[in-house]
Amino acid sequence: MIELFGTLLQTLLGTIRDVVPITLIILCFQFLVIRRPLSHWRQLLMGYGYVILGLALFLMGLEKALFPLGSLMAEQLTAPEFLSDGLTAVELTWRDYYWVYLFGGAIGFATTLAEPALIAVALMARDVSGGAISPLGLRMSVSLGVALGIALGTLRIVCGWPLHYFIISGYVIVLLQTLTAPKIIIGLAYDSGGVTTSTVTVPLVTALGLGLAANVPGRDPLLDGFGLIAFASLFPIISVLGYAEAAELLARYVKGKTEE
Amino acid sequence: MFSLQNQFVRQLLSSSRDLAPIFGVVLLFQVLVIKQPIPQVMDLLGGAILVILGLALFIQGLESSLCPVGEGRAYAFARKGSVLWLVLFAFALGFGTTVAEPALIAVSGEAARIASEGGAIADSDAARNNYAVGLRLTVAVAVGFAIVLGVLRILRGWLLHYLIIGAYCGVVAMTAIAPPWIIGIAYDSGGVTTSTITVPLVTALGVGLASVIEGRNPMIDGFGLIAFASLTPMIFVMVYGMLV
Repeated sequence: MIELFGTLLQTLLGTIRDVVPITLIILCFQFLVIRRPLSHWRQLLMGYGYVILGLALFLMGLEKALFPLGSLMAEQLTAPEFLSDGLTAVELTWRDYYWVYLFGGAIGFATTLAEPALIAVALMARDVSGGAISPLGLRMSVSLGVALGIALGTLRIVCGWPLHYFIISGYVIVLLQTLTAPKIIIGLAYDSGGVTTSTVTVPLVTALGLGLAANVPGRDPLLDGFGLIAFASLFPIISVLGYAEAAELLARYVKGKTEE
Repeated sequence: MFSLQNQFVRQLLSSSRDLAPIFGVVLLFQVLVIKQPIPQVMDLLGGAILVILGLALFIQGLESSLCPVGEGRAYAFARKGSVLWLVLFAFALGFGTTVAEPALIAVSGEAARIASEGGAIADSDAARNNYAVGLRLTVAVAVGFAIVLGVLRILRGWLLHYLIIGAYCGVVAMTAIAPPWIIGIAYDSGGVTTSTITVPLVTALGVGLASVIEGRNPMIDGFGLIAFASLTPMIFVMVYGMLV
């Protein structure tokens, strides 16, 4: 119990240290440049307290429960003994790693759905769009994008394809979609690529990539282990733009039907 | 008081719903695929409770602190009407939140180790330390620059996708000419800059600016700051790799 309290205090101090610079900057500008007292400072202070305490508890819970188990599972799933069902003399091909792709996709989907920064952006998008953008729909399409990205990224590590081919062709797809997608979604789609890579997804996905690169023969963890994060930030842009395009096409189709 | 508690209970329920898939995936794979018992059930259970409670508190505090703070600063600077101060604030916000980011400190230390093994810098602690600090400052300046660029874009009404396409071309061009060992680090540094505190604050600043300036649509012009903040560090870090 005392040990638990110690960890909580440590995580809390770490979180407070993270927000100190930003708080100082805001206060400095508030008093030196804007020169107005903060309005509703009681409410702000309480909100800050909630944010810091919430983030500390969240991180502590993840580190206590999820990260050790997730990393252990990533190791077990990528171990050659598991993949070849205990037979040692079997030559593994890319087909034998199917559980890895499935696990990568599933864990990418699930962690993105729980990403606090994405929830925050989705709530803001709902308020700004006057409810036209549903937070859950946005988060679902971002999560699907991450799932696809991680599954493809693990396949890339197994097969040893070069990273930059994928990144550059992904960029080309995003460019083509940008030209056709409704203007209203573009900024939000680009932003959702950046928010997926924060607290929950990165540690689990990095463990999966490094475990895979260490166990597949001929892969170097330094060169091949990274890059999953790059996939996880590129594919959500494609899926969110795609979701908006599909919604627009559907609306146009329905409208065309009723006009006939 | 009762209504607040009621709201918090609802928040707790929605947090549990948000987190259920992770635990579902982990349990399913552990039991059905790896076919191992779950180690330390009590730890997992305790951790799950902490995570749900933490997420609920965070979302609760978000709507009464970080979002109004970001939007409020945008209104205040717009009322003051000084572009210079707004730009300075934007830079300070980007630089200040990034330079102390723990994930960035970890990545830059790792990068210094790789660089000294590769022979790019001298094999001494002082050289590695210099290199890591230089890299951190580079990324922080890149994020500051990104927020400034994003704020100027909202003020002037530049089209987002031209800037993003320009940045993409920058990334691709730099990938072709930068030393190969820096590329992985550069791509990763784009991802580590956007922390859970920074994202809501910066997004709220952009949305607030776009809604207070006449002729801007908060939906079209308000978003995009985070996208800049994850693209510019890649370019800046590759430039750093070429110069050092």
